[in-house]
Amino acid sequence: MEYLPNIIFLLILLLGIGFFTRNIKRLSRNIKLGKDVDRTDNRGQRWANMAKIALGQTKMVVRPIPGILHVIVYLGFIIINIEVLEIILDGIFGTHRLFAPLGKGYDFLIGSFEVLALLVIVAVVVFWIRRNVLRLRRFVKPEMKGWPKKDANLILYIEVVLMFLFLAMNGADHALQQMGASHYILAGSFPVSQFMAPLFEGMSTSNLILVERTAWWLHITGILFFLNYLYYSKHLHILLAFPNTFYANLKPLGQFNNLESVTNEVKLMMDPSVDPFAAPPEGNIVPEKFGASDVTDLSWVQLMNAYTCTECGRCTSECPANLTGKKLSPRKIMMDTRDRLEEVGKNIDLNKGIFVPDGKQLLDAYITREELWACTSCNACVEACPVNIDPLSIIIDMRRYLVMEQSAAPSDLNNMMGNIENNGAPWPFNQMDRLNWVNEN
Amino acid sequence: MAQMFANGQKPEVLFWVGCAGSFDDRAKKITKAFVKILNKAKVSFAVLGTEESCSGDPAKRAGNEFLFQMQAVGNIEVMKGYGIQKVVTACPHCFNTLKNEYPSLGGNYEVIHHTQFMNELLAAGKITLEGGIFKGKRITYHDPCYLGRANSVYEAPRELIQKLDAELVEMKNCRKKGLCCGAGGAQMFKEPEKGNKDVNIERTEQALETQAEIIAAACPFCNTMMTDGIKNKEKEASVVVLDIAELIANAADL
Repeated sequence: MEYLPNIIFLLILLLGIGFFTRNIKRLSRNIKLGKDVDRTDNRGQRWANMAKIALGQTKMVVRPIPGILHVIVYLGFIIINIEVLEIILDGIFGTHRLFAPLGKGYDFLIGSFEVLALLVIVAVVVFWIRRNVLRLRRFVKPEMKGWPKKDANLILYIEVVLMFLFLAMNGADHALQQMGASHYILAGSFPVSQFMAPLFEGMSTSNLILVERTAWWLHITGILFFLNYLYYSKHLHILLAFPNTFYANLKPLGQFNNLESVTNEVKLMMDPSVDPFAAPPEGNIVPEKFGASDVTDLSWVQLMNAYTCTECGRCTSECPANLTGKKLSPRKIMMDTRDRLEEVGKNIDLNKGIFVPDGKQLLDAYITREELWACTSCNACVEACPVNIDPLSIIIDMRRYLVMEQSAAPSDLNNMMGNIENNGAPWPFNQMDRLNWVNEN
Repeated sequence: MAQMFANGQKPEVLFWVGCAGSFDDRAKKITKAFVKILNKAKVSFAVLGTEESCSGDPAKRAGNEFLFQMQAVGNIEVMKGYGIQKVVTACPHCFNTLKNEYPSLGGNYEVIHHTQFMNELLAAGKITLEGGIFKGKRITYHDPCYLGRANSVYEAPRELIQKLDAELVEMKNCRKKGLCCGAGGAQMFKEPEKGNKDVNIERTEQALETQAEIIAAACPFCNTMMTDGIKNKEKEASVVVLDIAELIANAADL
């Protein structure tokens, strides 16, 4: 019986990690539904970008207020994890404050965790006010209605509760240490939680221990719950920001990829030695689809982008189309891509690993043509994203599908393209008049 | 170009005029201003003239990769025939397309924007700015998306404005955060989607907030959009939209 808590702890821990592993596998399977794209070049530059943008948060602080608050929560999250390591080891071995022999260093660590925890609470409260009281424009856009709004607030609540549990655990521990309770060795410094002392005044040792243990257990199970909540929420960015910045596009933002499938066709057309009456090659060669109408037509980087998006809306708040009241919102493009990918993933799970057509696709069922045609391809969204997500590439791939597979461009654009085809300019001017400006006044 | 080639001459640089610069009445003035500067600086240059065709940019942004690549391959063949190595253009869309999207189709050139080229000419002392008709004037600069964010060229045009002894005033959104004029992504050639405002009006309002007398543009399409915005706001009497090449040509009294 003596080892019962250890066993229960180990079971909870394994359950938490096991479930998390399952989710990660599902995530990676879904991302791999995307088409292959080579992003293994320039490793040095890629590592540097990851260090600068994900680790160093350089694009977050472009907007100083949310940026600095975010850095606090981020540092809190990373640094307080050192404490989680101690908690896990304590849980497994039935020890208490295993790292206490570090002495002064330990006091410093616990002290700084507490200060950070307090700062995190302050930051999260400000975040909550920005979302729910100040209602900043980017947080109340149409795509944020319903689950996205709940999800965002839920994350803030979980973070506050976790921090309070951490402080309560320390506060009760501190009180027990002062009382000289056995097992509660004098260790750590408690610059924040010592102020909880009045709450514990007059409590019996056994009640205090109950408070301390409850907070300890709820804190660690809360963390494991949060870890598993990630996959079902926009919060995956805390993990995916790193690979996402690593694999992000390194080329100039204005450079759109040249479709190789098209290059091959163009070469054939231009090659005078090709026999136009030649029989098609043997075998069942499926002609390649141009552009994207569903998530499986996108690349795995674009799909990872979708899972990485944390719906902050900086892209949308910089989008010229959105600023002037058009339906297009780059954030919605990412959210739609993710939601459709989840739907496709579930379909595959339900049908023994094979996708059964469900009569839907990303185009129309999620992203409307009106949104796609409103884009000016200005790259403001790409520049604004703190983790280098590229909504523009998805918009362009979907336009490619509309134009090359469906001939469904707006009629004005068809005129423009007709002009280019016929006379080499987007307007109906004769190519032979191109030099007329020389003699005009 | 054909003439020079026939005479066995090879120009130092090819001036890629672009469709706007060739056909649009407003943009033709930019073309001429830039040509005056090239002549003044005694740059040996050529234009493709009737052999030039659309770079393919609007087709590509609209999603028509076929048409884009057909255009690109055609242009690349023409330039290959003349052995072109260096290209200068006053259009950021042609600039971006030729610089970034032609290489993998076989077109490798040193491509520079006219604001960069004019800076080089000034630095080399090939043109000098005297007088100072723009001295002390408030000028705001509108970053074209395909020059700024797309290719990180932010300073070349600004340096030129500063050389005019003018007062450069920035808009609320500038450089990396520059707001689009509304023409990019083939929007120039279609009606905008339903909304509550046109993008060029939003941008024009930002420009007017700076109290500038001149809106400097570096793209023929931005120029059109901003000029339309100024007309819409009925400010034609107090604010003009000029390309950087026009500013320099005027300042150098060309």
